[in-house]
Amino acid sequence: MEYPILSASIWVPIIAGLLVLATGSDRNATLARWLALAGSVAGFLVTLPLWTRFDRTNGGFQFQEGHSWIPAFNIHYHLGVDGIAVPLILLTSFTTLIVVLAGWEVIQKRVAQYMAAFLIMSGLMIGVFSALDGILFYVFWEAMLIPMFLVIGIWGGPNRIYATLKFFLYTLLGSLLMLVAFIYLYHNTNSFEIVDYYALRMPLHVQILIFFAFFMAFAVKIPMWPVHTWLPDAHVEAPTGGSVVLAAIMLKLGAYGFLRFAMPIAPDAARYLADFMITLSLIAIVYIALVALVQKDMKKLIAYSSISHMGFVTLGFFIFNPLGMEGGIVQMISHGFVSGALFLCVGVLYDRLHSRQIADYGGVVNTMPTFTALAVLFAMANAGLPGTSGFVGEFLVILGALQANFWIAFVAATTLIFGAAYTLWMVKRVYFGEVGNRHVAALQDLNGRELLVLGLLAVATLALGVWPQPLTDMTHATVDQLLTHLAQSKLPAGI
Amino acid sequence: MTDMLTIYVLIPLLPLVAAVVIGLFGRKLPRAAAHWMTIAGVAVSFLLSCFVLKDVLAGHTFNGAVYTWMTSGGTVFEIGFLIDALSALMMVVVTFVSLMVHIYTIGYMHDDPGYSRFFSYISLFTFSMLMLVMSNNFMQLFFGWEAVGLVSYLLIGFWFKRPTAIYANLKAFLVNRVGDFGFLLGIGMVLYTMGSLDYQAVFSIAPQFADATVELIPGHPWQLMTVICLLLFVGAMGKSAQVPLHVWLPDSMEGPTPISALIHAATMVTAGIFMVARMSPLYELSTTALSVVMVIGAVTALFMGFLGIVQNDIKRVVAYSTLSQLGYMTVALGASAYSVAIFHLMTHAFFKALLFLAAGSVIIGMHHDQDIRNMGELKKYMPVTWITALIGSLALIGTPFLSGFYSKDSIIEAVALSNIPGSGFAHLAVLAGVFVTAFYSFRMYFLVFHGKARWREARHEHGQAAQDAHHHGLGPHDEPHESPWVVTFPLVMLAIPSVVIGYLTIQPMLFGDFFKGAIVVNAEAHPAMHELAHHFHTVFHSPAGMALHAVASLPFWLAACGVGLAWFFYLKRPNIPETLKQRFAVIYAILENKYGFDTFNERFFAAGVRWVGDRLWRHGDVQIIDGTLVNGTARLIGCFAAVIRHLQSGRIYHYAFAMIIGVFVLLTWFMKV
Repeated sequence: MEYPILSASIWVPIIAGLLVLATGSDRNATLARWLALAGSVAGFLVTLPLWTRFDRTNGGFQFQEGHSWIPAFNIHYHLGVDGIAVPLILLTSFTTLIVVLAGWEVIQKRVAQYMAAFLIMSGLMIGVFSALDGILFYVFWEAMLIPMFLVIGIWGGPNRIYATLKFFLYTLLGSLLMLVAFIYLYHNTNSFEIVDYYALRMPLHVQILIFFAFFMAFAVKIPMWPVHTWLPDAHVEAPTGGSVVLAAIMLKLGAYGFLRFAMPIAPDAARYLADFMITLSLIAIVYIALVALVQKDMKKLIAYSSISHMGFVTLGFFIFNPLGMEGGIVQMISHGFVSGALFLCVGVLYDRLHSRQIADYGGVVNTMPTFTALAVLFAMANAGLPGTSGFVGEFLVILGALQANFWIAFVAATTLIFGAAYTLWMVKRVYFGEVGNRHVAALQDLNGRELLVLGLLAVATLALGVWPQPLTDMTHATVDQLLTHLAQSKLPAGI
Repeated sequence: MTDMLTIYVLIPLLPLVAAVVIGLFGRKLPRAAAHWMTIAGVAVSFLLSCFVLKDVLAGHTFNGAVYTWMTSGGTVFEIGFLIDALSALMMVVVTFVSLMVHIYTIGYMHDDPGYSRFFSYISLFTFSMLMLVMSNNFMQLFFGWEAVGLVSYLLIGFWFKRPTAIYANLKAFLVNRVGDFGFLLGIGMVLYTMGSLDYQAVFSIAPQFADATVELIPGHPWQLMTVICLLLFVGAMGKSAQVPLHVWLPDSMEGPTPISALIHAATMVTAGIFMVARMSPLYELSTTALSVVMVIGAVTALFMGFLGIVQNDIKRVVAYSTLSQLGYMTVALGASAYSVAIFHLMTHAFFKALLFLAAGSVIIGMHHDQDIRNMGELKKYMPVTWITALIGSLALIGTPFLSGFYSKDSIIEAVALSNIPGSGFAHLAVLAGVFVTAFYSFRMYFLVFHGKARWREARHEHGQAAQDAHHHGLGPHDEPHESPWVVTFPLVMLAIPSVVIGYLTIQPMLFGDFFKGAIVVNAEAHPAMHELAHHFHTVFHSPAGMALHAVASLPFWLAACGVGLAWFFYLKRPNIPETLKQRFAVIYAILENKYGFDTFNERFFAAGVRWVGDRLWRHGDVQIIDGTLVNGTARLIGCFAAVIRHLQSGRIYHYAFAMIIGVFVLLTWFMKV
């Protein structure tokens, strides 16, 4: 029997979140936790059919649902996913499960609200990935900011107000221009259907304006250099769960936006501006890697590392070949696992010592051997070691970039050195050596729950590294179709 | 055929399974389980490898995929095996040395708290190394390449409490990454130009690209094959520690001795040599690349040998010796004598693993004192170690009939016969290297096993203080003692091939068709190997003939002089080295500082990159982007709002006045029409 899988994927976690919220105050914290767990498991399970039932030979939108929503403006509740969205939706529901488990007893105040925020956020983000109507997309896009704003603002660190404001204003400013773009496109097509926009022909200067409007929204989210400075602040202040969702999924929304909107709606502009985008990506890869090297705060270091890794995603997209684009997509999924895991590792340490400063640690391996083994695994994945997921994306993007221009690949490949340098130097200072101080001496190794959370991510990281074929099978047809679309000019006929 | 595929898969898989099981559950299992399980895994791998080698000799090679790793845009990435003489030989060498090291470890790491972890790592290493040599494509090669780097990182930093160890492993990983950077770009160029990463496909299409050029810098067409080969060779320079990427190998001696033998002497560091030999169809197309390879190898062979002379740490002497010998192999590659390089790789694997393990045995006997100045007269106390170390040293310096003689002499001959640019210099370097090798090897040998028992004085000095810290050195009443059988047995097992393997295999490996199909040499452009075979067949006739002829040749006498001088300096007149040290203080200082590579890297690259990162962060991110642009915008809006705010004064007459003005303006505007 056919049931609306996408609607279920969106609304199951949101409804579960509302139920959790209904448990109210912290007297019912245990109930809230178990309800949230049940909700996130259910949320994960309802997304699984997307993976199993997806027709991998079809690059178009599948599982479509359409209802009229605001007929006056021709706005529809229109959902559908292609081979790029499905892995991201699964990543979202999986990460939500991880976050609920990770926050289990760590969060002691306002438990219900915390868990509910993540469940609702999960549904909204899945909505972003599956919306095929511009306004529906915009609503999900803006709505998901609210729970994240609250998560950082309520459960965050001492400087959280500055961080939330910066985060909110940065992203809001970007998205307003996107709204303008949607309105312009509506004027020309009398529709908010994304597919209609794909067919709309526009002169180059208009395409460039449209592209820039979307660029502002998505570049901030990814974030690309130089609009990245909100991310380190947001990460530092966010609670562990917030950082995980931010790194694992929210950043991917920006990259997804390029593939769904900016590039196919304005393909001529995308090609015209490819050098510009590649330059920004390369700056992100090198400049940010060097900045990451000198960070003293673990979370800041990983945040900068995220920006550098996302540089590979945008680089892969804008070299317009299958290796690069699929590399970028694999990199998104991989980064979801790896950066999430790295933030969880910092969280594990922070829960015990209440410090994120590298200098406050040293020799953690002596007291936490199991944890260190996992942390080193994730660090190696972050450094792009073959056999882990971190390798696949970078490898493909570098191979793809080399086909475009040797020197692009040359600059990008420096990440082999710098990525290893900042990650392993941190590992050396935090985990290895003699016991750093008496706090480190008193550390307890992972408990069962932490082991489960990190173990799940470790399995995912290794599985994707050893056998990425299932993932690329999923994306093949869509990527081919997208690249074909991007190769065709959409300038008005006769000009 | 499928039966054989199962065997091929089992060979790397068994050590992997053992490594994973011991790695995950080692702490819950008894210690004996760790070594029994991993030894069983690698022993079966060894036997199967022997079987595969025999099968290959019978003419059965294999090239096929195990599974498709992924496909992207028409490019298929596969995990697969290429089994021919080259890979089969490497498999046997790797699993044999690994097996010996496993057994040795039982004794060497006996009291270490990380016992099971160590076994897990070395089994994981065996798996990675096997995947590297068995690969049939560039991607899997890179997989194995980086995986052995990972295990090397873990093992150098095995004693993670030591600051020097965790410094060394980070350094090793990063320097190797510099090599991998070039290697990856080389792989990318291969895929881009030839459209495949499969060895067979690339090798068969490569000759068509012999004259192709590529303009990496517009207006400067470079020969494509030269670019590819040099990029790949950068990877080999990292892994096989060629100047200037050699800096990590001496420091890697911070790791436990068994892995110095396995990883940093016998197998992993030879991966670069193996790779170039495997890529012989590509390298044959670029004389320029071969020339670079040869010169880099020659520099490494000679100048790293010099450094061996001034080292006092027993392991570091052997480490510099390894660097120098890797240089010899690289020189052979440059002379297009790939089979000679692999031949030396094999003999070196045996005698250098032997020397390292013997050094380890000495270290156990000396209670972890590694300074050769504190040793002496150990032959009385450690007879098995003494004899085997002597055999290893004799093999290393190229004593006729021993294995090292056949491989090293062939290298020298091949270089002499080579006609590519740089071969003259390389020939001089490898000849001088013979003398240097003999000198530092026997300097160490005499200081350790002969002469005065200097530990009698030394043990009083560091008696108490050092003893409780790391129990370094002999206590006041201790005497050196021979190691247990698990340590001496591998020594004996490695000593046997160190003696005989050259004599037995030189004919088929160098002058027969053992490597037929696996190694390609363009005899017209690079005739050295061809002439070498001709010389062997017409002058020497047999391995024994080669050894007898050698007695009248220059290398033999150079080696003899080296040994003689070492004897004179360190046994007969021990005051001479001290005098020379003072006379030539500048040269000594240069050698002592290892030509300044470390200092330069530390001050220029490491500090430089940190400085740039710091500037970018403080000025770029914090000051310009955040300070000026982001917060600046916020401030600007704030200022603007502060001005605008005055308009909302809350006074009725202000508003009324503004309204009237507004009405007038609007009226004027509309009346105009």
